[in-house]
This record gives sequence, C-alpha cells and structure tokens, in this order.
Amino acid sequence: MSATTEPFVHGAYKEGFHDDLKTLRTSRKGASHEVIDYMCDVKGEPDWMRQFRHRSLDIFLTKELPPWLPGLRDEIAYDDITYYASPVEKSANRWEDVPEEIRRTYDKLGIAKEEQKMLGGLGAQIDSEMAYHNIQESLSKKGVVFLSCDEGLKQYPDIFKEHFAKSIPPEDNKFAALNSAFWSGGSFVYIPKGVKCDVPLSVYFRINAEQFGQFERTLIICEDDSFCHYVEGCSAPIYTTNSLHSAVVEIFVKERARCRYTTIQNWSTDVYNLVTKRAFVYKKGVMEWVDGNLGSGRTVKYPSCYMVGEGAHGEILSLASADKNMWQDAGGKLVFYAPNCTGRINSKSISGHGGRSSYRGLVQVSPEATNCRVQVNCDALILDEQSRSDTYPVMEIDGDLATVEHEASVSNVSDEQLFYLMSRGIRKEDAVSMIVNGFIEPIVKELPMEFAVEINRLINLQMEGSVG
Amino acid sequence: MANTFEIVDLHCRIEEREILKGLNLVVRKGEVHALMGPNGSGKSTLANAIMGHPKYEVTAGQILMKGENILEMDPDERARKGLFLAFQYPCEVPGVRVGNFLRLACTARAGKEIDMMEFYDKLELKMKVLDMDEKFRNRYLNEGFSGGEKKRNEILQMMMLEPEFAVLDETDSGLDIDALKVVSRGVNELRGPDLGVLIITHYERILRYISPDFVHIMVDGKIVKSGGADLAAHLEEHGYDWIVKEAEATPVKS
Repeated sequence: MSATTEPFVHGAYKEGFHDDLKTLRTSRKGASHEVIDYMCDVKGEPDWMRQFRHRSLDIFLTKELPPWLPGLRDEIAYDDITYYASPVEKSANRWEDVPEEIRRTYDKLGIAKEEQKMLGGLGAQIDSEMAYHNIQESLSKKGVVFLSCDEGLKQYPDIFKEHFAKSIPPEDNKFAALNSAFWSGGSFVYIPKGVKCDVPLSVYFRINAEQFGQFERTLIICEDDSFCHYVEGCSAPIYTTNSLHSAVVEIFVKERARCRYTTIQNWSTDVYNLVTKRAFVYKKGVMEWVDGNLGSGRTVKYPSCYMVGEGAHGEILSLASADKNMWQDAGGKLVFYAPNCTGRINSKSISGHGGRSSYRGLVQVSPEATNCRVQVNCDALILDEQSRSDTYPVMEIDGDLATVEHEASVSNVSDEQLFYLMSRGIRKEDAVSMIVNGFIEPIVKELPMEFAVEINRLINLQMEGSVG
Repeated sequence: MANTFEIVDLHCRIEEREILKGLNLVVRKGEVHALMGPNGSGKSTLANAIMGHPKYEVTAGQILMKGENILEMDPDERARKGLFLAFQYPCEVPGVRVGNFLRLACTARAGKEIDMMEFYDKLELKMKVLDMDEKFRNRYLNEGFSGGEKKRNEILQMMMLEPEFAVLDETDSGLDIDALKVVSRGVNELRGPDLGVLIITHYERILRYISPDFVHIMVDGKIVKSGGADLAAHLEEHGYDWIVKEAEATPVKS
C-alpha cells in the first residue's frame, strides 16, 4: 500500500502554454560583451553600470562552478541562449496601458487586475522587462518606492549605487556574475524609516521566449524600524529546449526593521533556476525568507541571511517539492558576524515520481559573533522508491557560546498512516494528499491565504497519480 | 441478514504465521459483544483483519456485513459502508488537524457534502460528552496526545461517523479509571438498535461500564467459549488458565 509508482503524466502544469508575442527588441544569442553594449544602449545606462557589466561578464567567463554543481557546465547551452529580449516598449503603471496581448497572457495566469486591490503594489515582468509596475497611492505618499530595478537606477541613482552589488558582488559565484552582466528587470523597493508597509508588494515573473535567459535583479532597502512583505511568483511555457533563470536578490534590513520575502517558484521543468538571494540584517533587524520551490527542472537556491548587527534575527522557511524530472537543490545560509544574534532554518522537502530534493545548508558563526543561537530543522518526505532525498548541512562555528541545534528526519507516507485514514472512509489518494499537506503545514501556515491555497493546489496536482 | 455482522470460519495470517484458525462470530445490531482472551490469542489480528489492514492476509473464510462479503473491499470502502475500528494504537498524522480530518471523514462517510454548521454543532456536542476541550479540534491528529486523549479521540470519531458496526480494540488499555468512565459514556450514548459493537479486551474492567450482552473467549485463534456477562466476571476471578487448559483438552467443534 505504499504511495508509489504510476507514471506521472505531465498534463497538470497549467502555466505551460506560450503566446506568440511580438518581440520588440532582442539581442544576439550568447553571452558576449557585444550584447552588454547593446543592452546598455537600449537602456541608456550610466557608464559605471556598463563597466560593471563588462567586468561581471569577465568574471562569469573565468569563474569555476561551485564544486557540487559540475554538471551545469555542459548541461546548459550558454551560447544558444538569448540574454535580452523585450516584448514591451516600457513599463506601464496603468494596467490599461499594458499591451493587450500581454494582458491576455496575464489574464490566463490569473494575475487579474482585481488582485491589486489586495496588494500594496503589483509588478509583472515578461522576459527581460517589466510590463507593469504600480503601487498604491497611500504607500507612495509615505515615500515607499516600488519600481522596476532599471527605473530605480534612473530615479534614485544614489541610493541605488550605495547598495547595488554590495551584498552579492559578481565575484560571489558564477551565476551571480552572469546576472550582474545581463541583469534586466526585477524590483527596486525602498521603505523609508518607520514606514510599515502592511500589504504585500507582489511581482510575477513570466518567461515567454524560447531558449531564453531571464536575469531579474531585485534590490530591497528597508530603513530603520520599517516593515515590508515582498512576494513573487513565476512560470514559463513548456518547450523542448531549456531556458535559464538566474536572479540576484539583495536585501538590506536596517536597524529594527523587518522584511519578509516570499517566493512561490513554479517554473516549467524546462527552466534552470539558479538564483542568489542574500539579506544583510542590521542591529535587531529581522529577515524572513519563505521560499517555496515547486517547479523548475533544476533549482539551485539557498537564500541567506548575514547577521551584521547585534541582535539580528534571520529566518529561512524552505519548502521544496521535487516531482518527475526535477532536482530541487534548496536550503539556506545563516552567517553570523555580530553577537547575540539568532537564526532558524526550517526546511521541508517532498520527492515523488523519481524526483530528487537536496537540502544544502550553511551555518557559519564568526569569532566576533558571540552568544548566538541557531536552530536547523530539515525534514524530507519521500513518496516512492524511485525518488531521492539528500541532506548536506555544513556548520562552521568559531564564535564562543554559540548554541546550535540541528535536527533532520526522513520519512515516508507510512502504511499505518494510510490505513488509519482509510479506515475512516477517506480514499487512498485523499489520504496521501492529507499526509503530504500535513507534512508541509508548518510552512504553509506562514503564507498569505491566497498563496497557501496556491501551494496546496500545486502540491495536490503533483500528488495526482502518486498512489498505486 | 441486513442487521448482522458475521464472521465465518476466518483464517488469517501475518508474515507466514497463521494467527486466526477458523473463527466464527455473529454480531447483530443492538448487541454488544465482548471478546476476551489472553495475550497472543489473536484478538488484535481479528480487529485488523476486519478493517482490512494490508499486512493481514485472510486465507480462508468470510466476513459478511449486512450479507455482503467485505473481504475484497479496501478499508475506506468498508468504512463508508458503516464499519468502524477504534484503534489500540492510533497513529500520529502530523500537520492534519482533528477538526479538518473529522470533516473529511464525515463527508466521505456521508458520500456527499455535509452541512458545516450541523457538523460543527454536532462536534461540539460530542466533545462535551467526552469532556474534551474545544481547542482539541485544532490539534494535529494524535500528535503529542496522551494515551487517554488518543482513546477519547477514537471514540469521538466513532460518535461523529455513526457506524453500524464498531470494533473497539483494547480501548480500555492504558486508561485510568476516570478516562475509562468517560470513554464508556461515549460508547453507551451511541449504543442502541442501530449499532452492533464488538469490544476486544484483555480485562473485564471496561465491561463494568459497558455491560455486554454476550462474552466470547478466544484462545489460539478461535473462540473457545461463549456466554453471558457472567462469563467475564468468572474470568476476572479465575484468570484464563482454566479455559486454556479446557480448550487444549477438548478441541472445539466448529
């Protein structure tokens, strides 16, 4: 009665359609200095950014891959990828001004205009550029800035330059270098001192082009005593070729501020999802990553919190579901540079239909970070014998008086649980779904209602046919 | 036929070892039967075989509920047809709240959407009978429950699902006297012409609170003696030894 083995029919990914959108601008294929100059010209960027991009490309071309990702050298056809393509002239801030054919795409994805009413702001990126970006007037009056990253560079050059690439320099890793060379789109968020942005700012990322690389760049600055919640979702068509999504997200949580960043990643399995996310957390600030990875053939993503001020708190809730043809290599990093800080990683992964999930985590406590407390929990649920789960936790503790707890568990949907639920009249497939949803409940309950519903829907779709 | 639960010459094994060796029993609606026996006689195997646990292999015989052989049915189908098992060791299902679980189970049992107001009113009422705090319904199913809470939760499920035939597998084990009284109160409330009950127990204690119409004694995979409530009292006084010896001396006719 184990929960196994029927072949999974990939008809459930409802976002897998593509639309024939007219591309207004597109670069040549391949990662070249020529493409960078093309992009800088199109965007009208300052010289420092042009130089930064060129330098980043040199780093990308020479930098080694991380030792645990050797396969990504040959798997990805870097030369066949288009690094810049835009179907829109400019970012609209009224929905009516978004080109109709693109509005239709978003309608199909359910990013209907009505959703704005629930949100403080909404952005929508298609391929390389933001088609739409808008913020509630009440928030903009308080000085909250919510723009595409490109507009952020134009309108707030000083704040932008002060923070850009300061937490994730291009030297950080090969894919951060790639993003730094070709970044386009993403969000620029600025929350002034003391401003609490109670309603979420939300962005939806869509890849429509084929063999394409999306490199959005997001910069979030929460000044002292402020709060914001940023949520992102994403999807892509199903092609027979691969695309690349390599984002960089940098967050600065200043003193006593709090930032929560929620991701519902639902790329098609064609997409390689190689993302670097990092937050610097200052004195008594709080950073929370809620990272849901439900799609993409290959995810490599470890959101991180660097506790740089005394008493900072970093929290990472990671949820990964690896279905057929997926490898979710997810987890998180907590790095402590200041005393009396706390951190927690809570990771839950599900593997089914031959999918593979890995938890990869780093806890690093530097000598000056005395009296820090860290808690790491990672639980894996494996649905059948074809699927796999691994745990790679690394701990480097140099600070005195650090308290580090690490707990890990691996479980199956047990025969006893299934029998128990079925003995109450519940059908086997519903029983499996209950057990799986129960397993992720501690993370899902942290999500806004509509996201929790969406996660449960996606997980249940993946469960379909997972019982013999 | 429509009112009987009938076990006919049931043979059952687990991992190649035969545990039930030709068991016969008839429970009619309105009746409460107690099945007693020493450790290892096969009582819990019977409970699991009745509900259809996949590890228990029935090699011969029949179980007829209202005249229909249920052995080919999965556990969920048996339950939807009105069978219930109160588990001796209910398992934990993390992240699944008692209230949600019961709602889904009741919907499955009803075979259609149920009225939420009615459901929650009924739940509140039944929880009161069992002295359960209303916070209980937001807890994760059996996770961190005390022994007494687990057993109460089993009886709560029975009261909500309103089965036609219920098997209580050692519901009394591990209960203190107060919890035993509460659990018995729940069973007695449900007792009536529409329910047949089989109480499986090692001790006579629970039968002081739920008085049985019939008592059966099981030894080595078979029922070796049947009688009225007085049989249980006799057992309490004299233990199982005499009956085991008697069974060994005279094989029971089947």
